[in-house]
Amino acid sequence: MYDTSDIRKGLKIMIDGAPYTIVEFQFVKPGKGAAFTRTKMKNLLSGAVLERNLRSGDKLEPADVETKTMQYLYADADSFIFMDTSTYDQVGIPKATIGESADYMPENINVEVLFFNARAVGVSLPNFIEQAIVETDPGFRGDTATGATKPAKISTGATINVPLFINVGDVIKIDTRTGQYLERLARA
Amino acid sequence: MVAARETLEARARILRAVRGWFERQGFVEVDTPARVRSPGQEVHLDAVAAGDGHWLITSPEYHMKRLVAAGLPRIVQVAKCWRADEWGPHHRGEFTMVEWYRANEPLETLADDCEALLRVAAVAGGRDGAARAFEAPFARTTVRELWARHAGIELTGDEDAVSLRAKATAAGVALGNAEAWDDIFYQVFLDRIEPRLAATGPTFVFDWPAPLAALARPKPGDSRVVERFELYAAGLELANAFGELTDAVEQRRRFEEEAAVRAARGKAVYPIDEALLAALPRMPPTAGIALGFDRLVMLALGVGDIAEVASFGDERGA
Repeated sequence: MYDTSDIRKGLKIMIDGAPYTIVEFQFVKPGKGAAFTRTKMKNLLSGAVLERNLRSGDKLEPADVETKTMQYLYADADSFIFMDTSTYDQVGIPKATIGESADYMPENINVEVLFFNARAVGVSLPNFIEQAIVETDPGFRGDTATGATKPAKISTGATINVPLFINVGDVIKIDTRTGQYLERLARA
Repeated sequence: MVAARETLEARARILRAVRGWFERQGFVEVDTPARVRSPGQEVHLDAVAAGDGHWLITSPEYHMKRLVAAGLPRIVQVAKCWRADEWGPHHRGEFTMVEWYRANEPLETLADDCEALLRVAAVAGGRDGAARAFEAPFARTTVRELWARHAGIELTGDEDAVSLRAKATAAGVALGNAEAWDDIFYQVFLDRIEPRLAATGPTFVFDWPAPLAALARPKPGDSRVVERFELYAAGLELANAFGELTDAVEQRRRFEEEAAVRAARGKAVYPIDEALLAALPRMPPTAGIALGFDRLVMLALGVGDIAEVASFGDERGA
């Protein structure tokens, strides 16, 4: 068991049956009362943020969570198949668990897979990926309207809004947290 | 790390203005011992050891009350205080307290003093608009009102810990393993009430429940609460005031009770301050208050971290 003096950013604890990671914490001591740690934590399954004031003396149950670097290999009917880059073991994670992250998860990319009680429960992608455009309408030469964009498809099937000058085969940089185009890295 | 020069200059201006205000009100500035045999016996305040059976004060209150009992009716002190293991954005293990006493005057006068002092500090701090944020009068409410309004709990002050726990649980507060009355109280306070106080203007909270009496006397007409207020402003707990208990028998009973709780929790137990107990019967009805000076500077300058208003904020010292 942990107690409040163990609290630090990234500590993984169980709250109401779900695993949480500490995001922020602060010492507080109200009135003439006991010391508390004001804590902001994130549910590792749902991403929901919870605030709790933990009294010094409260016991905290460690969460059995682990992250492993794994390479995404391919998708089958209902799972994404990953390979542990250190043991070469393969595991399948249900598509529903990966959710919208799949949009920015091209084959062969390395991701961090989160395991809770030895079961894979989620992935975190690198913040940025580089992808070639596989499909987009040609841009119009001479159209210089600033900020004008058009849809473009990448290998995962996801559609990104890109500037008009981007062509099929161009390699672009994408922010996986927002799905936004950032810059063109190479021309076709 | 040395604090910003402008901050230290503003801090010095505020201190000078605060001292000037007390002088104009006819207060005598005193200087009582910092190294004592009997620091506060309170359960949640741990003193820093100072060698040879002595401790650094957590507050200058015991010696100052002895001065009031000895016949000084209006005294003020700007005192360094130390509290073990209290470090955070609003806490430093070594900090500066402004503590003052008014004999033969009611608790409400101390609230008026606070209103004047916040304005004095804001003007001296020189930050645009700060003085306007502290226009008197400040809101005045009670602990019971806040509990009813923000937690939906009817708090009487004479319920036992089991019944308080049941009320808090029914209101949906997660209490962990809290069993002591004050631990349950402060869990509700932090979860439900303090965030609401942080969002309002300066507020005095009067009439604290009897289990949180500390050194305060029971309120005439309602002994379930005591004559105590706390001042909150901009999320800072700025001051704590008591109508001082002068009943030496009751004060000894409270000290012994607190000492027993400290012993049961494996904390250091300090000797009971017999000189204070001997002086209490000679003390006139008195109101006394402690105000955190570092926090006053934070408030006047709009600073969020106490380390920024200390000259060496990142050094922990003792």
